[in-house]
Amino acid sequence: MMIAAAAAAEPHGEAASASLPQLDPTWWPSQIFWLAVTFGVLYWLMAGRFLPSLGGAIEQRRDRMADDLDQAAEFRRQAEEAESAYNKALADARAKAQAIAADTRAEVDEEIAGLQADTDEALEKQLAAADSRIAAMKSDAAAKVREAAADTTRAVVEALIDEAPTDEAVSKAIDAAARA
Amino acid sequence: MMDLRVAGPLEQFEIVPIVPLHFGSFDISFTNSSLWMVIGTGAIILFFAMATRRASLIPGRLQGMAEVMYEFIADLVRDTIGSDGRKFFPYVFTLFLWILIANLFGLLPTFPGARHELHTFTTTSHLIVTLALAMLTILIVIVYGFMKNGLKFFKLFVPSGVPVWLLPLIAVIEIVSFLSRPISLSVRLFANMFAGHIILKLFAGFIISLFGAGGAFALLGIFPFLGTIAVTMLEFLVAALQAYVFAVLTCIYLSDAAHAADH
Repeated sequence: MMIAAAAAAEPHGEAASASLPQLDPTWWPSQIFWLAVTFGVLYWLMAGRFLPSLGGAIEQRRDRMADDLDQAAEFRRQAEEAESAYNKALADARAKAQAIAADTRAEVDEEIAGLQADTDEALEKQLAAADSRIAAMKSDAAAKVREAAADTTRAVVEALIDEAPTDEAVSKAIDAAARA
Repeated sequence: MMDLRVAGPLEQFEIVPIVPLHFGSFDISFTNSSLWMVIGTGAIILFFAMATRRASLIPGRLQGMAEVMYEFIADLVRDTIGSDGRKFFPYVFTLFLWILIANLFGLLPTFPGARHELHTFTTTSHLIVTLALAMLTILIVIVYGFMKNGLKFFKLFVPSGVPVWLLPLIAVIEIVSFLSRPISLSVRLFANMFAGHIILKLFAGFIISLFGAGGAFALLGIFPFLGTIAVTMLEFLVAALQAYVFAVLTCIYLSDAAHAADH
């Protein structure tokens, strides 16, 4: 088969090797005609069907992606809004709690101060009473000591000179002794 | 004994009619070139039909690939031409894919023993094809340029900010550069495909020759074999690159037409 084909092709080869097949005008009309037919059909199908279809698909995808991105941005915005609302609520609640705490503390402080004042006053009174009692007891004790001293003096003097001294003399002597 | 005949490096570019057709005095026969145009275009249509069968929000693998190409060319058109480029997007896209697939399918291996008219054929290795594509681009540039700018389209040839005494010279240069655009555009693609395939064929031919020589020469065949692999890989790069270059230059020329009056 190969030999047959080679034999068939042989005269062609020799004839054509003399000049370039490209420069043989015999087949120019045919080449131009079939180029026009194939190129024309291809252009017609490309421009009319394939490219609009492809372009449509690409466009649609681009739109869809843009839409999806827009939607994502919207969702993100909403999420951010929710977050800021949450933060605001949190801050409000915290401020409220702090206000309540401060109020309560002030109230309690006031109460404590009141109680303290009352207690102080009562204690002061008790202290004053105790002081006055101590003072009374002190003076009472001093008088009693003096009286005992006078009695003792009188008894000592009586025993020594067998004569009772006057109260005045005794009192004078005690004062002198106390001063000494 | 195997038939190790070495085909001439130009044989791969021969046009072989398959179905003879005539339109008036024109011979528009269905040839191996037409066949590979139909195969390439058919493959593109099949791919995009499958990729867009259920255009969905979450793309499948095919739709993903198609969308990568869509975005690639859409970005190119938008960056080069600007907002006016929207209406040229289908044209640039079709142009890029048609050339890319023509270049790439030309690198497919021929089924061993296939008839000559079924050999792999690179449609873009023929100057008339690339020239037709380039002329189409230039035609669109001229028509759109005049539609958009009216007679101000001629301002393309008189750039502003040039001293008056230099203007005639600059205008001539600009006109020559404009007229050479379809030539450079078409020759660049054609020459890349043509040269690449000739080099491939030459390297491959060395393998056969050395192998046919037998003995120690057969072992030397490893070098052109490695060369063929390297050039094949390079050709895949060139195939994609040249399709891209054609699309980029088309965009730049269209951009000129869209903004001629602003110069």
